[in-house]
Amino acid sequence: MSTTLFDKVWDAHVIRKIKDGPDVFFIDRHLIHEVTSPVAFLGLKSRNNTVLYPERTFATADHNTPTINQHLPVEDPLSVNQLKALEENAAEWGISHWGLGHQKNGIVHVVGPENGITLPGATIVCGDSHTSTHGAFGAIAFGIGTSEVEMVLSSQCIMQPKPQKMRINVNGKLGLGVTPKDVALFIISQLTTSGATGYFVEYAGDVFRNMTMEGRMTVCNLSIEMGARGGIIAPDQKTFDYVKGRLYAPKGADWDKAMTYWETLSTDDDAVFDKEFTFDGSAIEPMITYGTNPGMGTGISNNIPNAEEVEGGIDSYKKSLNYMGFAEGDTMIGKKVDYVFIGSCTNGRIEDFRAFASIVKGRKKAENITAWLVPGSHVVEADIKKEGLLDIFTEAGFALREPGCSACLAMNDDKVPVGKLAVSTSNRNFEGRQGPGSRTILASPLVAAATAVTGVLTDPRTLL
Amino acid sequence: MAYDKFQILKSTAVPLPIENVDTDQIIPARFLKATERVGFGDNLFRDWRYNPDNSPKEQFVLNNPIYKGKILVGGRNFGSGSSREHAAWAVYDYGFRCVVSSFFADIFRGNCLNIGVLPVQVSAGFLDKIFKAVEANPETEIEINLSTQTITILASGEKESFDINDYKKENMLNGYDDIDYLTKMTTEIKAFAKTRPF
Ligand code: SF4
Repeated sequence: MSTTLFDKVWDAHVIRKIKDGPDVFFIDRHLIHEVTSPVAFLGLKSRNNTVLYPERTFATADHNTPTINQHLPVEDPLSVNQLKALEENAAEWGISHWGLGHQKNGIVHVVGPENGITLPGATIVCGDSHTSTHGAFGAIAFGIGTSEVEMVLSSQCIMQPKPQKMRINVNGKLGLGVTPKDVALFIISQLTTSGATGYFVEYAGDVFRNMTMEGRMTVCNLSIEMGARGGIIAPDQKTFDYVKGRLYAPKGADWDKAMTYWETLSTDDDAVFDKEFTFDGSAIEPMITYGTNPGMGTGISNNIPNAEEVEGGIDSYKKSLNYMGFAEGDTMIGKKVDYVFIGSCTNGRIEDFRAFASIVKGRKKAENITAWLVPGSHVVEADIKKEGLLDIFTEAGFALREPGCSACLAMNDDKVPVGKLAVSTSNRNFEGRQGPGSRTILASPLVAAATAVTGVLTDPRTLL
Repeated sequence: MAYDKFQILKSTAVPLPIENVDTDQIIPARFLKATERVGFGDNLFRDWRYNPDNSPKEQFVLNNPIYKGKILVGGRNFGSGSSREHAAWAVYDYGFRCVVSSFFADIFRGNCLNIGVLPVQVSAGFLDKIFKAVEANPETEIEINLSTQTITILASGEKESFDINDYKKENMLNGYDDIDYLTKMTTEIKAFAKTRPF
């Protein structure tokens, strides 16, 4: 029978099927961080359970960490507690731990792929919804809650009903200034934030084939923003080349064995999906959001739609625009912006900083802009320096911060102040996401760069 | 036993007729710094509920004393966004045992079920009936019967059935959770793990 890539990987991990219930689902690799794991370890202890496979769990501190002066003691006592809890729990159970300052430290979804924790055909979970990122490698990866973190620690399994299957095809040649982020924001704007709820999405078509691994990670990362549990892209030579030689990737004979398996990981020609969408890549513009959920997105040169034109409740739509301080019919280009954030597990990899540099090179940061450039990991930070991008940034008046989630969720001090408007390469524009009262426009690193040098929301195509 | 049994819940309800309520609204990230599961109810809907100076926002429903009860009724696509289980903890800790909506985000729904909050998905039409009934009379009682999988607006007798898989239903009726189940399977899991290539 013809099956999909998703079925192949999923079915290979089911230990037991419960009638009218979930599957008992084996997890190959588990990522943890300081915010969603402490209560799971407490639960483990209170039940007198142990960590079944410590070597299958990997810890990094990222959500709550400062992005300047990481060599100094962390100031916020509550953050210190969480960082300490992570460190102590990892030490107690023999879990690998890349804490603050460790050269492998960084955002969980950036360090996973960098270190070969992320592998094709693997199942990967983490207490963070953007775990979907790892699907770029042909893995099944999704976010879980803290109860499930405890399940994985104590049993290396979770109990999950198998999601339905969706395929999204995008073909054609992407236009100038159109990045993987724009492709993803475009898809979300078409499907809405709940359009893929209950589904696992496979991305197919030449647009994704032609993307780098970084680009594919950006796309899979944003799957959750249309409600999908995760996204997956069939592995190919690019994937294998990326994985080979990394710290936790198979080596020698194990590698050859893995390759034999990985080469079977694609969807059979006549496999059937529960739902399928096809889009024309050449019709996609650089995208921006104008509201308070990632589905409220449009091409940068469009005006904000009228309430009558959009799906869903008019009151919720108006509430959202009201929060943003925008009106129906507004032109977005030219809106005065206060903050620019480039970073996060969505767009905090080296390619994103290259894109940012391509526009700010030879230009100057606009006076009214506060810019936060936050690499996704120390490895990304080192590459930025090695490739000479830091010099370009410094020349243009930008400073580079240290790695972490930073203003993506604003748990640390990187908070956009009340009422200020930010253009962010992260993934969520919810009310207050980047700080209480903050207003967020989601966009690509190119839009962020164009805005950072002009001070107003700017179409990057005018500067390329 | 992981949490209290859930069998029949009869209560007034708190209406929140807003769509796409995301978990950042349910509990903003800056309140996720605890290392223990206590006190999250205080910050439920923090930024909708309080001004920056911590004074209550009068117009927000949780600050309106006429609405109370163990059932929270939300608009479509409730619980989208971040996977933070803290959102479900905040709902529970505040005193809700059930959330009713016409559509739930996946992870939030799963998190609720894992901690003993029952997500009840109803049709858009029925959701509207609940909103209207509760707004017309805040004393309106709603009954949720997990065994029969029905939700009833008691005053009018209007009723709808809801879905839940048998496994989760048994768990909630008895107060078991998945960890109880999984830790009984260790031998099987270990045998399986040996077959994994990585
Ligand atoms: S960068 Fe943002 S989305 Fe990514 S792991 Fe950190 S908080 Fe989550």
